[in-house]
Amino acid sequence: MADTQRPLSPHMGIYKWQVQMVTSIVHRATGIALSVGTLLVLWGVFSLASGEDSYNQFKTCLGSPIGMILMIGWSWALFFHLCNGIRHLIQDGGMGYAIPQFVRSSWLSIIGSVVLTIIVWAYVLTAGGAA
Amino acid sequence: MSANGPQYDVRKQLRNPLKRARGLGSAQSGVGHWWTQRVTAAALVFLGIWFVVTVLGALHADYATARTMIAKPWNALLLVAFVLAMCWHAVLGLQVVIEDYVHTRWVEVSLLVLVKFIAVLGTLATLMAVLRVALGA
Repeated sequence: MADTQRPLSPHMGIYKWQVQMVTSIVHRATGIALSVGTLLVLWGVFSLASGEDSYNQFKTCLGSPIGMILMIGWSWALFFHLCNGIRHLIQDGGMGYAIPQFVRSSWLSIIGSVVLTIIVWAYVLTAGGAA
Repeated sequence: MSANGPQYDVRKQLRNPLKRARGLGSAQSGVGHWWTQRVTAAALVFLGIWFVVTVLGALHADYATARTMIAKPWNALLLVAFVLAMCWHAVLGLQVVIEDYVHTRWVEVSLLVLVKFIAVLGTLATLMAVLRVALGA
């Protein structure tokens, strides 16, 4: 058996959840989701290049209930990755590492992403429904 | 000297130790991945905002209007830049995720290559599509 006297790397399960953990994990998760979303941009540009029928089909798919739910999810993922990405860029510049700042900027990323998502969808829905 | 493994013994080496030392570590490309990810991130802050604003502007555009919009030189240019930066950034990010969580070597390498193939094909396909729209082919 291994020598258990040495310090062990603590298992994730013993940590109390903190907002910095959430933003870190969600940054990765939204990054993966957005990578898949790249294919959607590809589909959109492709439909534009291949003719009116395929473009209308693209718009119909996005405007369907499932399409709308996916788009809400993707737009939030984009805004979160954007806000938290800016936060990471600032931290890469060596700023914002004091614990209170770190926690505050985590909350700013979350709140900012939700506010931006609401603003965009308020615009989409009041502008007469999604595409 | 741990990078050379436990059996490293300077007396058995024919190469000059300084020559070995200079070849150690990053080989001048250690921060390449990290730095490229930050540069594409900074570009995507601006390109991403431009993309969202452009899409919102094209919400109710019919086919002809949307085509005319993308065909404008600035829009075509920025769309190409957006797709390039986004795919590059995605490849770098997915690479780290795969390296972190996939522990079977052949699956890991296969996934890394697969992601790059998809990203390159997707980028080229998007570029071709934007060019077709922009040049009116």
